[in-house]
Amino acid sequence: MTPDKAEDEGNEDVEMVEIFVMGKRYRVPKGLTIMTALEYAGYKFTRGCGCRGGFCGACSTVFRTEDEYKLKMDLACQTAVEDGMFLVQLPFMPAVRAMYDIEEVEPEEHDNILLDHYPEIARCVSCNTCTKACPQDIEVMDYVQAALRGDVERCADLSFDCIQCGLCSIRCPADIKHYHMAQMARRITGRYIHEHSDELEKRVQEIKNGEYDETMKEMVEMEIDKLKKTYEERDIREEG
Amino acid sequence: MKGHLYYPGCTMKTKASDYETSAMKVMEKLGQPLVEMEDWYCCGAVQSLTEDDIMHQIAPIRTMCCAQEQGEDEVVTLCDMCYNVLRQANDRMKDKEDDLETMNEFLDEDPDYEGGVEVYHLFHILKGMEDEIKDAVEMPLDDLVVAPYYGCMLLRPDNVAVDETEDPEIMEDMLELLGVKVLENPKRTECCGSYHTVNRSDIVEKRVEDIVSYAVEEGAEAIVLSCPLCQFNLDFHQRATDFDVPIFYITELMALAFGLDIDMKNHKIDPRSLLKEKGILE
Repeated sequence: MTPDKAEDEGNEDVEMVEIFVMGKRYRVPKGLTIMTALEYAGYKFTRGCGCRGGFCGACSTVFRTEDEYKLKMDLACQTAVEDGMFLVQLPFMPAVRAMYDIEEVEPEEHDNILLDHYPEIARCVSCNTCTKACPQDIEVMDYVQAALRGDVERCADLSFDCIQCGLCSIRCPADIKHYHMAQMARRITGRYIHEHSDELEKRVQEIKNGEYDETMKEMVEMEIDKLKKTYEERDIREEG
Repeated sequence: MKGHLYYPGCTMKTKASDYETSAMKVMEKLGQPLVEMEDWYCCGAVQSLTEDDIMHQIAPIRTMCCAQEQGEDEVVTLCDMCYNVLRQANDRMKDKEDDLETMNEFLDEDPDYEGGVEVYHLFHILKGMEDEIKDAVEMPLDDLVVAPYYGCMLLRPDNVAVDETEDPEIMEDMLELLGVKVLENPKRTECCGSYHTVNRSDIVEKRVEDIVSYAVEEGAEAIVLSCPLCQFNLDFHQRATDFDVPIFYITELMALAFGLDIDMKNHKIDPRSLLKEKGILE
């Protein structure tokens, strides 16, 4: 397939590519992200779309490119369309999640707190499919392995950039729920392993005391342009 | 590298940490320290015997790849189960060219495994270090009577056995160097019940009763082994019996004989009272 010019768009400079959304053919301008290309094609997102900035993990997408047998995974808001792309959006992952009281999961008091709550991690065969699926380039298999050996902090560190899109888990042949397990690791690390931050406690108290209520109200009511300007000109101070 | 490239396995980092810390101290003292691999993966915990099941060979072979990446040609394990799984998977890749090719194709963009790494158990290393061990003994454990116990994973199948499958002596030899009185234990190659511990503890309890009662009748004050799963089963499931015989990792007795400090914090049956009675601990 060769990209055509968009004759019917009245703009001869826009190069078009052909994509297939759930099997249906569309011609969309080259350079769009998958997400904007879908909107260009007439789809409206009611699920599977969040921040549009690559942070929230809501827009998991599965696709294949022409002449390639492998399925690829990525975030629709972060990936440009390519000519001959076959794709589908995944609006939601119904993955199981362990319930726990954060005050009762002190890692030192358990043999392996992550394994206790997510016993399926012991099914890992080290195929590394999860790592290949990750749009954040996280060493997913390695953090599962860290969890298996009870190293909560390493699991938390390695998974720090996780945005909970769940692509690892839908690809896993062992049915591990990597992202929920790793979130638990990060929560435990924050609660029990990392040093306590006085600054944080102070700020939380200030918020509770309502010291920022007025500023918050101002911002909510602010014109969008002024809000942007205020954000860009904000005072960023060094820590400490 | 001075010492040996060491593959821990998950259990060493959790339930069997007593084994790891004592082995580390002992090998340091013997001048052949265990150096943990930069990267390693769970061995898979059981060796898949199915001919066409390559999937369950990936985990152990990834660890072989890690050793290869570090430029090493040997990996030493402490855990009998890890030893057995890694060794069988590695041997299979060396013996079956087709399996290695399939494996490497699956590994895809990761580097191929070239088959140049050998898997050893701690016993392989200790054998041949008899003089160093004898020299390191500061406090012979003369007064202690123990029954050695091998279980299955060190000895079966025959092609990965660390010693004679039916009549092993390697553990007895090591223990004698420490001054320990070693009992002859014909039950030493019987199974502890293994993973039945997960959902059929009745089976394990029967095995434990049988193994421990025999050792006690013969006069054993403790049982010595090297497998974390055997240790757990013999230690934990004695609660269903009338016995409370301490179950030691061999490296714990070595550490004690070498005059090294060890924790022994994961024992269900606390060995301290026996050790105090024998004057080994104060």
